[in-house]
Amino acid sequence: MKPFGIANLLVVATALALTGAGCKHVQKPVTPLQGSRGAPVPGPNLAGPVKPGPVTPVAPVAPVTSVTPTNGVTKITTNPPDVGGGQPVKPDDGTRTTPIVQNPTPPSAAPKETILTTPPGETPQPSIDLLENMVPDEGYFAGQTVYFDFDSAVVRKTQQGRADAVGDELKAKPECKLMVDGHCDERGTEEYNRALGERRALAVREYLLKFGIGPDRIFTRTWGENRPAVDAHNEDAWSKNRRAEFILLNPKQ
Amino acid sequence: MKPRNRRFWLGWMGLGLAAWAASGTAAQVEERITIPRETIGSTPPIPIAMTGYSGEAGSVLRFDLEIAGFKIVPEAEAQYLLQGGSSGQVEGRLQDLVSKENKFAKAYSGGTARTQAHALADDVVLAVTDKAGIARTKIAFKVTRGANSEVYIADYDAHGPQAITADKTVVAAPAWLPGHRTLYYTTYKFGNADIVSQDVDTGNRQIVARYSGSNISPALSRDGRHIAMIMSKGGSPDLWVANADGTSLRQLTRSPEDESSPTWSPDGSTICFATKIDGRRTLATIPASGGRVQRLKTSGVPSPTEPDWSPDGKSIAFTSQMGGFEICVVPAQGGEARLLVSGEDPSWAPNSRTLIITRRGSGGQRFLSLLDVPTKQTKDIGQSIGHCSQPSWAR
Repeated sequence: MKPFGIANLLVVATALALTGAGCKHVQKPVTPLQGSRGAPVPGPNLAGPVKPGPVTPVAPVAPVTSVTPTNGVTKITTNPPDVGGGQPVKPDDGTRTTPIVQNPTPPSAAPKETILTTPPGETPQPSIDLLENMVPDEGYFAGQTVYFDFDSAVVRKTQQGRADAVGDELKAKPECKLMVDGHCDERGTEEYNRALGERRALAVREYLLKFGIGPDRIFTRTWGENRPAVDAHNEDAWSKNRRAEFILLNPKQ
Repeated sequence: MKPRNRRFWLGWMGLGLAAWAASGTAAQVEERITIPRETIGSTPPIPIAMTGYSGEAGSVLRFDLEIAGFKIVPEAEAQYLLQGGSSGQVEGRLQDLVSKENKFAKAYSGGTARTQAHALADDVVLAVTDKAGIARTKIAFKVTRGANSEVYIADYDAHGPQAITADKTVVAAPAWLPGHRTLYYTTYKFGNADIVSQDVDTGNRQIVARYSGSNISPALSRDGRHIAMIMSKGGSPDLWVANADGTSLRQLTRSPEDESSPTWSPDGSTICFATKIDGRRTLATIPASGGRVQRLKTSGVPSPTEPDWSPDGKSIAFTSQMGGFEICVVPAQGGEARLLVSGEDPSWAPNSRTLIITRRGSGGQRFLSLLDVPTKQTKDIGQSIGHCSQPSWAR
């Protein structure tokens, strides 16, 4: 459009005249910040289940000698430090494990002990020796699994009836003990979830202690997020994974 | 022109200028800059050109340099030039193109092409940055298949992975004993969550903590003499310390909240861990000899967890949970947290510069990634191994 075009020209001319030579009214093009996102990285390639194959021992890696060529290119042999990976690595198939040493023997001199008072609701656990000679029955209390809210270890009122039923059974079977397994959904970090699963198991344990079961009869264990009941990634699955399961322990006959 | 006419014309110019500005032409001159989040606050990578390399050694060299904070560019844009070859033995001559200085010229023999390329990459890093490289370091991590998992070790780029357990159950949180080829981890092999230590080369292992309840999240002090771990035998998951063989147990915290993920300061005086104070998730510190728990400030990000103290003592990397998981770094005394990339469970390399993290993909996939903290460049690794998580860098 002619009038507008002329106006533009006039403006440019005026600006140049008014501001003098060398003054730019157009901004310098801005170079994008340096620092790259890198080349696109291919996504994970998980082509089906990975079969665990036999582990082949690593052949010893010959050490790397670093040589600076001189005029005559003399090869210098030295004893360089190990560059790593020089020894065969064998998996532990369990047969070479040292027999289960119950809690390592404390030194004969009594260590300095800080006596901390036990806050309510944190009853110390029985010795793990008491688990010996007990046989687990995982199906017995399968219907009594207790469920939890997200990031919570509180035994809700609606769940307490299930724990009560377990408590009644334990009262009727004084020779039996109980393992409480705590579980989480996948939405926390792994070790946080491991601790949260333990808190859930402990909360159920505390509930049963109040119910009247003796503290030397209940053990806890956490599986974190590693043993989901439903291996899917939605709220329906997650709500089924936030749980505490009961395992009846019968004395070995 | 008479003065009166000049003023008259300037007046019209002014109006024209106003009209022109309003027309939006001015706006077309501005460039809109979208700054990618990854580059905010990051250092530009060092431009280097590589000539003469090919095959496996070439790609290993390229990987090592990129994760060390370099960018491979054509010679015309480069600050450094690495010339050499990789057929037969790996060789390299490094020149500073700006100062015209020849930094070094080396040939490598022995080992494999990969090891030679790693050695050359480390020499480049040392020559340019005056700091030791990490191309020949090792990592440990967990590989999950179905309901079970095993502990693996590999090169830092996940090459050559090897299982060191065959427990056919759940394992968790491998942690190196500093300066040794010994790994601590939790295994459920004996019917409980127990902490064991294993000599990686012989396969021999020993029980370190097998108490009622759960024994989890081992962390070893830098001098290799002490272990921090989370145990619930006292009735709640608390922080305990002991000698590295599990003797001389001492309880450091007693709270109804759960503590998790302890990490030692490199001087062995302090332990940092994740906990809840006044109902809010936070990082905290406690003297390793026992004492008061103090909150560690991580301003600007919510729900910090999984701290790892850098070997030089200056920084703590951690996971922030904000919808997804984000890797953050904070000064070791606390303060403003710096957001880096998406991911969780960071572990520092011996250079206090590189992190290895876990990332989640869709459908529950987990894989490892290396992160160069200053440039924020990342490399995903080990995708063909399976679901990988909980990495620990040998330091």
